[in-house]
Amino acid sequence: MSRKFRVLINSTYCKACELCVAVCPKSVLAVGRSTTSKGIHCAETVAPDSCIGCKACSDICPEAAIEIRVEGDGQDRK
Amino acid sequence: MEEKAIYSRPDSLTDRPMHYCPGCGHGTVHKLIAEVVDEMGIREKTIGIAPVGCAVLAYFYMRFDVMEAAHGRTPAVATGVKRVLPDKLVFSYQGDGDLAAIGMAETIHAANRGENISVVFINNAVYGMTGGQMAPTTLTGQKTATSPGGRLVETMGPPVKMCELLNTLDRPYHIERVALDGPAGVRKARKAIRTIFEAQRDGKGYGFVEVLSPCPTYQRCTPVESLKFVGNDMAATFPLGLFRRGGERIDA
Ligand SMILES: Cc1ncc(C[n+]2csc(CCOP(=O)(O)OP(=O)(O)O)c2C)c(N)n1
Ligand code: SF4
Ligand code: SF4
Ligand code: SF4
Repeated sequence: MSRKFRVLINSTYCKACELCVAVCPKSVLAVGRSTTSKGIHCAETVAPDSCIGCKACSDICPEAAIEIRVEGDGQDRK
Repeated sequence: MEEKAIYSRPDSLTDRPMHYCPGCGHGTVHKLIAEVVDEMGIREKTIGIAPVGCAVLAYFYMRFDVMEAAHGRTPAVATGVKRVLPDKLVFSYQGDGDLAAIGMAETIHAANRGENISVVFINNAVYGMTGGQMAPTTLTGQKTATSPGGRLVETMGPPVKMCELLNTLDRPYHIERVALDGPAGVRKARKAIRTIFEAQRDGKGYGFVEVLSPCPTYQRCTPVESLKFVGNDMAATFPLGLFRRGGERIDA
């Protein structure tokens, strides 16, 4: 079983530029449907299980709004 | 379940949300500088010199010392700071109006002296802060507030290529052009910034990294389109790559 990644998008920083959505190779991300208090459609994860932890989204994000986590300490699981 | 971050917001960025427009390259490069400062463990030694331009408030976002200079004068201020405090890592952060228009003289003379400073040059082909006027680096034919019919070479001259210009000088140690045109471009930009910071730390001398950078607002496109503007249109005028490495010119 491959490692399981989790992508967290911090709505304090996200400006809904959609760059992360455009560069994700696994269509994990999408523009959110709900609006934050700042009137922004913060990006959200729509296919979290597909994430391969490639960091394309966190590299492209101009706001450093994305954190990527991996389950365990790199050991196989399941 | 145990979990570990493989990427998180760099410690050398403050918690304050940045004021830049969505998709702006300034945010990306602030982030990259903060990552490099963290990787090198030099936060207490780093001093940034901020420009006049959209990045005039850079000191709000960087968790290390940042000085503000008059428009175009950051290389002169960086020179003074570095000469007085040679153990510090001093970088100048500048837009194309700041670096290649009003600050052209300071830019050239600092490079010509081979000052042991690092220059991070954000080339977004326009003046952002003041409303999208033509910059020295505006592309031929590009429409701006002051070139509404497109930049005309006959009356406005062609775009100024700073890496090529500085590469005519003898003393620069490293000159490189990168583009924020996608995740791979961002990684190259990070590596280039790290290269010139390490060169300065090791006393090698003047490092210059030009970052072709999105300004969706005045490049008049969406953030996603601006990646293509930078990677296709801008890179066609401003070729990417290394111009100078280890003090030696690299033949194209
Ligand atoms: C002495 C002086 N002249 C002119 C200005 C007006 N001014 C402010 S920012 C700027 C240009 C900014 O463009 P650039 O350096 O490309 O930075 P950007 O905003 O695109 O990041 C100008 C002309 C000024 N502040 N001071
Ligand atoms: S790490 Fe890669 S696969 Fe995962 S969300 Fe980001 S871009 Fe998509
Ligand atoms: S790249 Fe960053 S700011 Fe842009 S939509 Fe994604 S998380 Fe939000
Ligand atoms: S005007 Fe351009 S350079 Fe200035 S903050 Fe907006 S996108 Fe960035």
